[in-house]
Amino acid sequence: MLNIRNLRVKFHSTGKEAVKGISFDILPGERWGLVGESGSGKSVTAMAITGLIERSLVEMKGQVLFDGKDFLQCTRSQLRNIHGKDIGMVFQEPMTSLNPLMKVGKQIEETLKIHTDMSPEERKKLALEAMEQVGLPDPETTYNKYPHQLSGGQRQRAIIASAMIIRPKLLVCDEPTTALDVTVQKQILELLYDLSEKYGVAILLISHDLTVVRNLCENVAVMYKGEIVEQGSTEEIFRNPKDEYTQRLIAAIPKRKRHE
Amino acid sequence: MIDKKNKTFRAGLIITGIMLLIIIIGAFWTPYDPNAMNGAAKWAKPSFEHLLGADNFGRDIFSRLVEGAGATFFIAAASVAIGLVIGLVIGGLTGWFGGWIDEVLMRIIDSITAFPSILLALVLIAILPSGKYNIILALGLLFIPSFARIVRMEVAKQKNLDYVRNAKLMGVSDMRILFVHILPNVVPVLLSTVAIGFNNAVLSEASMSYLGVGVQPPDPSLGRMLSEAQNYLLSAPWYALSVGIAIILLILGFGLLSEGLGGDGNA
Ligand SMILES: Nc1ncnc2c1ncn2[C@@H]1O[C@H](COP(=O)(O)OP(=O)(O)OP(=O)(O)O)[C@@H](O)[C@H]1O
Ligand SMILES: [Mg+2]
Repeated sequence: MLNIRNLRVKFHSTGKEAVKGISFDILPGERWGLVGESGSGKSVTAMAITGLIERSLVEMKGQVLFDGKDFLQCTRSQLRNIHGKDIGMVFQEPMTSLNPLMKVGKQIEETLKIHTDMSPEERKKLALEAMEQVGLPDPETTYNKYPHQLSGGQRQRAIIASAMIIRPKLLVCDEPTTALDVTVQKQILELLYDLSEKYGVAILLISHDLTVVRNLCENVAVMYKGEIVEQGSTEEIFRNPKDEYTQRLIAAIPKRKRHE
Repeated sequence: MIDKKNKTFRAGLIITGIMLLIIIIGAFWTPYDPNAMNGAAKWAKPSFEHLLGADNFGRDIFSRLVEGAGATFFIAAASVAIGLVIGLVIGGLTGWFGGWIDEVLMRIIDSITAFPSILLALVLIAILPSGKYNIILALGLLFIPSFARIVRMEVAKQKNLDYVRNAKLMGVSDMRILFVHILPNVVPVLLSTVAIGFNNAVLSEASMSYLGVGVQPPDPSLGRMLSEAQNYLLSAPWYALSVGIAIILLILGFGLLSEGLGGDGNA
């Protein structure tokens, strides 16, 4: 479904390559983790996949194939059509990922407004359903609330609802739980797991925390300084890390967490 | 700190509210027709009949003051509105698109700012026939740059927030993102600039009308009345004084409002 081939991203401003020729594939319904330390290029990779990277700022080489179509060759209007429908994204900062002046319900159904010709009533019905599915309390009331009236975890759920409402094939989550406290973190990860099981949506989970990835994803790619140094089944890599950097990452996990 | 800001804001609200109330009532009813001359009342002293006396044509000063404040207020509000709307559009487009659109529009903005503003206003007024609507046009044009610059900066900031990225990813069109999502979020940042702009407009109207290029006689405006009143400073000091106080109150109210809003969008 998603095939990244030798992707390179170079910023004009610094002349540095943030992503240096990475390749990996995500099949329908697969859950992939992308781990690595800060600055290793995880977010840049995510932005390249979702097409959110400002094209005038970078030089991109290689291929980002989605169902055979190369994003790097698409115009913005072609991308607009694919993106909203097939790829959703969950961001790190729940404080800024919702429009502060727009009702939560309206934001959740925004995708439908653009990609379908549903009536407002139909849209609202689907929005309420989506809110129910992601575990937002009392959808009818929450629909009319503004983002500042929700907790961080609830906001993250609202974002997930807005991404899931159109049933995308891939959900890219860039550090979706980093800004949340531990119990809420766990709930959000469980939610992502349930959604992917139930609707077969593939997940690319970006995190610097190996244990988070291990709990959710059966596959993992380890990124270091713009390159993928190791990828494969999470269990296999945990049991038998080949790359020296991966070994260090695993060794850095506190013992009691390693066997969670 | 917040408490103090709140008090300032409230004081501004009260002063502006009272001024507005008087102006609105004055639009429908004044004790006398502001332009009606009455030989018998010529230079009447302040009394219950003529609260602030009458001028050299026997026109009721209080009625003229209310009407004049209304005219000045209208000119200020309308010119700020022009600057605000066009500034939002220009700042929005330049901040959002960057590139050559940014270059071209911002160079035009820079060239407006390169002239001293009152000079530019006078030149414009000299080209256009003088009168209320041309003052509005001239002042509105002068306000565009400051609004456009602030909006541009703010849009460039908002552009990188996740909610905008998310909208982009969802396939929302550029124009919808800019006008429906971003610009409403920019407006709160502009509130104190609006208040400052309003005060500049009041002062500019006053100076231009005082210089005789603004509102034309017999219609009153605060600037016009000030220039009329100065001829009678000694014989009728309350005339100039009352006009001066009206200008000060108008400016003070908005000044306090802007200070109360200053820096903190949540205030
Ligand atoms: N807009 C930009 N202009 C120039 N360089 C950038 C830009 N954005 C990112 N980079 C560079 O690209 C590299 C990778 O950044 P990226 O944000 O992908 O890291 P990351 O792995 O997501 O880190 P973190 O865990 O902190 O989010 C960094 O060296 C960063 O300095
Ligand atoms: Mg990142």
